[in-house]
Amino acid sequence: MKLLKLVPDDTNIDFVRLRGLAFGLTLLLSVLAVGITFYKGLNLGVDFEGGLMIEERFAQTPDLNRVRSVVDAQGVGEAALQQFGDPRTVTIRLPVQQGGDEGATNRAVRKVESALLKAFPGAEFRRYSTVSGKVSGELIRHGVLAVVLAILGIGLFAIFRFEWQFGVSTIVAIVHDLLMTLGFFALTQFEFDLNIVAAVLTIIGYSINDKIVIDDRIRENMRRYRKMEMREIINLSVNETLPRTVMTSVTILLALAALLFLGGHVLRGFTAAMTLGIIVGTYSSIYVSSSLLITLGLRAEPENEKPVRGNSVADNAERVGPRA
Amino acid sequence: MLDFPRWKVAGIWLLLAALVSLSIPTFIPESVTQSWRINLPRVNKGLDLAGGSYLLLEADTNDVAATRVEAMREQVQTEMRRQNPRIEIGEISSRGGQLSFLLRDPTQVDAARERLLQITGTGAGMTGQRQWDIQVVDTSRFVLTPTAEGLKQAVETAMGDATEVVRRRIDEMGTREPTIIRQGSNRIVVQVPGLQDPQALKDLLGKTAKLEFKLVDVNADPQALAKGQAPAGDQILPYPNNPSGIPLIAVKRQAIITGDMLSDARQEFEPQTNAPQVSMTFDSQGGRRFARTTQENVGKPFAIIVDNSVISAPNINEPIIGGRAAINGGFTVESANQLAIALRSGKLPVDLKIVEESTVGPDLGADSIRAGILASAVAVALVVAFMLVTYGRFGVYANLAVVINVFVILGVMALLKGTLTLPGIAGFVLTIGTAVDANVLINERIREERHRGRNVVQAVELGYKEASRTIFEANVTHAISGVIMFVLGSGPVKGFAVVLLIGIATSVFTAVTFTRMLVAGWLRRAKPKTINI
Repeated sequence: MKLLKLVPDDTNIDFVRLRGLAFGLTLLLSVLAVGITFYKGLNLGVDFEGGLMIEERFAQTPDLNRVRSVVDAQGVGEAALQQFGDPRTVTIRLPVQQGGDEGATNRAVRKVESALLKAFPGAEFRRYSTVSGKVSGELIRHGVLAVVLAILGIGLFAIFRFEWQFGVSTIVAIVHDLLMTLGFFALTQFEFDLNIVAAVLTIIGYSINDKIVIDDRIRENMRRYRKMEMREIINLSVNETLPRTVMTSVTILLALAALLFLGGHVLRGFTAAMTLGIIVGTYSSIYVSSSLLITLGLRAEPENEKPVRGNSVADNAERVGPRA
Repeated sequence: MLDFPRWKVAGIWLLLAALVSLSIPTFIPESVTQSWRINLPRVNKGLDLAGGSYLLLEADTNDVAATRVEAMREQVQTEMRRQNPRIEIGEISSRGGQLSFLLRDPTQVDAARERLLQITGTGAGMTGQRQWDIQVVDTSRFVLTPTAEGLKQAVETAMGDATEVVRRRIDEMGTREPTIIRQGSNRIVVQVPGLQDPQALKDLLGKTAKLEFKLVDVNADPQALAKGQAPAGDQILPYPNNPSGIPLIAVKRQAIITGDMLSDARQEFEPQTNAPQVSMTFDSQGGRRFARTTQENVGKPFAIIVDNSVISAPNINEPIIGGRAAINGGFTVESANQLAIALRSGKLPVDLKIVEESTVGPDLGADSIRAGILASAVAVALVVAFMLVTYGRFGVYANLAVVINVFVILGVMALLKGTLTLPGIAGFVLTIGTAVDANVLINERIREERHRGRNVVQAVELGYKEASRTIFEANVTHAISGVIMFVLGSGPVKGFAVVLLIGIATSVFTAVTFTRMLVAGWLRRAKPKTINI
């Protein structure tokens, strides 16, 4: 039977030539992402901010203003409301309750619940969560630590398996992916909680995959085609691995699409983060990582510094850097 | 690489069959498996899927330190007087976290030190290190300071005891399969599936339930009390329901009866008024002490103290020999029952505060499971279709591996008694994607080698060989992420990491070894000259 080929055999796209453009685009997007994150800020979940979160489902789509006034009347602090998932479900965020003892939180939840029930018959609570300031501080620290450790761990692994340039380019690419994700969350104001940190860590793991596959191929081609110029090797490697990169991304995206649309609203932020991460990760593998290798001066004969052959090939191999 | 003798093939099928069958019990509803009376391994549902409450309790370690010093003070006072020769001490104080007292007879210094060593030596702990530092200041004043080692041990013991007490109290509530585990040096995680209103549980956990009976000092002057002054050897305690109107009372510091002498406590009704009360029964030591004290103090009042607050102070009308007593004082049936439970299950050695809690309603849990299963099924369907269309026969083998992998992961989780959370279900969907990646790598490599002109067998061999290296490296990096998430993550995130990590291991087996076996078998049988890939 005739098989589907998403990527034709023997593609010969000159990725490296578009390098400059890609760099520019990446830089622009990164700056934008950082900008938005600082300007708009992340919508931190209860995990990181502390406080009380109640998810309530109403019999019909409620008037948010009315819900707010009912909640505010309970005197439990400034409420932040958000529709979540379907129009009938609303999350109510409240600050950490005064009194700090077990009683305070429960009282607040009971008060809000019964008030809502009176004002909106048929309303029921789906879940609630309260995190003290102390624990939320820890969770933030753990989250950041986890991400930093992951980046370092994987970067070190890359350096040991390949040359240092691979390690550096990998780390730069991952940081780029991270910034994109943060920018996305700042832009959409999806809730940023522990699940998202898990998504980020997973994305880091996947991103690396792509890069390792391409880097592996680059290394193999470096050995096989010792006479070839660096930029040609990179082009060749990326083109050769293109079918695999596309295929894998498509399969994972298919799986994620199923989750995104059918997996329920609780995980939606998480799934969205993962989907974005895969797309951005693939892009950064193809462009950021491999092209950076050239800029960092990766040579065709890294173990052999002295130019053995006196012909132009060795000279070409030496000439690395931008505009190569 | 493509050599698969009969025994190897059989072995692989057997192993897969075994692991897959381990996952089957999880799909049978619990109501059915319960009735079979054997304990089948199943995957537990996390709270976000089963619905229920999660509480994180934290103990105040300063509290432990203070209690220790107090306890040592009482021991010192008793033992110094009781043993032979009797050593008189005075000006005993437990301020500043240290215990200090004055020796009335300076010549007894050595004897006192001997005795102190003996007292602090008990419970020296398994490390054999000293728990208290004993110093002599000004030839006749002793200062005892707790050592850091001693404090650490004390916290350790206190947390262990506290966990036990929490467990007993929760058991009393009759909830289903609660999970109670220590976390770190001073925290306890409590998970109770199915519990929707944790208020009762929180009230129960909030009580230290320290019970003491102490004699009231009738010579105390109420005016002085209000100013915080009390005769030597007394302590001032709050007494909210004091009929005299002043919410304070002075009691002798030494406790006659403590909670550990209690053998039972029940909520009952007072015979005359039918008001709820808590009836207590004491063990033989408690009974004897009670009898002796009441005999010696007929007509005087004694205070019943719970958590350092006086609940009532009845008069001793006659000696109580039977070892039973009752507390009444404005209880409702509920509050009496709670106090009874708290007393029965023992004293919480530390105050526990709730620092994090989360409750998921049962509907949301069921909805999440439904959505998760639907999403997984659709994901599998999409991926299977895609692989089939792209790689033909090799796609079929990959698909088989993916489907079997899902059940194998479940089987391993059931074996390890793992917990499935909502992110864990997402992890399954992702694992489906990654497992396929391995096969994509292999198949693309085979394609390439065929293009380079290699014959079928060579291409397949090379495909598997070259791709294996890359697959290995990719898995290592996934594993790094997974392990970090597992170690640093909490509940739901941990569930995700578990699925991911197990998935990495099992997918190497199914995607690489298993498919290789299938391909090898086909090549041997069909001996094709070309392959469609």
